[in-house]
Amino acid sequence: MKLQTGTSLALYSILEAAGNPERQISAADIATKYDVSIHHLAKVLRELGRAGLVESTRGAGGGYRFVGNAKRLTLMDVIELFEDIGTRQPYGAAGAAVTDTARALDHVLSEIDEIAKATFRSITIATMLRLVERHGRGGNGPRHP
Amino acid sequence: MNAGNGNSPDISIRPIAAGDLDQVIALDAAITGIEKTDYWYELFHRYGTRGGDQRHFLVGVRGPQVLGYVIGDVRDWEFGSAPCGWVFGLSVHPDARQTGLGSRLLATICDGFRRAGVRTVRTLLARDNNLILSFFRSQGMMAAPYIPLEMEIE
Ligand SMILES: CC(C)(COP(=O)(O)OP(=O)(O)OC[C@H]1O[C@@H](n2cnc3c(N)ncnc32)[C@H](O)[C@@H]1OP(=O)(O)O)[C@@H](O)C(=O)NCCC(=O)NCCS
Repeated sequence: MKLQTGTSLALYSILEAAGNPERQISAADIATKYDVSIHHLAKVLRELGRAGLVESTRGAGGGYRFVGNAKRLTLMDVIELFEDIGTRQPYGAAGAAVTDTARALDHVLSEIDEIAKATFRSITIATMLRLVERHGRGGNGPRHP
Repeated sequence: MNAGNGNSPDISIRPIAAGDLDQVIALDAAITGIEKTDYWYELFHRYGTRGGDQRHFLVGVRGPQVLGYVIGDVRDWEFGSAPCGWVFGLSVHPDARQTGLGSRLLATICDGFRRAGVRTVRTLLARDNNLILSFFRSQGMMAAPYIPLEMEIE
């Protein structure tokens, strides 16, 4: 599963901002940390601002702050602002003939899509931040409560 | 119902008793829309009274009131996997949700699984039940290396 660059930048930005609620995150910080284009990032942050997920402040010490609800905002909510992973174009619609083979292949591909969507819908930013922390501690397997 | 706090000491988590069963059946029926009285009596018989370390059927109660339940067991070598804990039922009364009771129920059954010597816990969820999927994700669960499959066998 590969997300578009803008979508990944949006997720990095949201996780950085939500993970550091006490401080303003600057676009330059994120660009440096993830080694990405600051222009592209600025565009992404504007979009997140329009969606009401981050707020920007100008001036010295200015930057971005997460203002969404980390316990309810899901990965899917953020992804959907930048790309449409929800609807697969059936092969027929792409100009190819709708054959039994195309339909069967569509069926298999949509199985994969449905799993991806359910995964993105069920992981909130708060859950993601806990996962980030676990990876930071060097673990990536499931935590046993 | 007074929702209270799922973490408060006046809510205790203990093995189910016969007198709790009707409330468990009613809670499940309210959530799933299907009343399965025989099924729950059967589970009570197998898990409630003589479950040992392998089978767990726990309720979260405040006084006589059942606010939630969790049920699961240790399954040995199922689907070729080493013994692990399975949670196959977990519900919290709608008025008692989002106060930590679901987390407590899961943590308590996991303690039971640990006592039984297993170190992995699994569950199987409907893909479109986003609430319960989000809950288990929030507890740290990730996709297991299995894929559920099915077919019609008219
Ligand atoms: C899933 C369920 C057990 C959760 O119980 P609960 O007591 O509310 O859970 P908790 O309060 O311990 O919540 C733990 C985490 O789950 C997640 N969560 C719980 N309710 C949520 C909701 N409505 N939306 C998004 N996430 C939610 C949150 O991450 C929460 O963490 P937080 O408290 O830091 O926000 C309960 O909602 C329920 O019984 N739902 C119906 C279950 C069902 O469909 N059963 C039938 C199939 S077995």
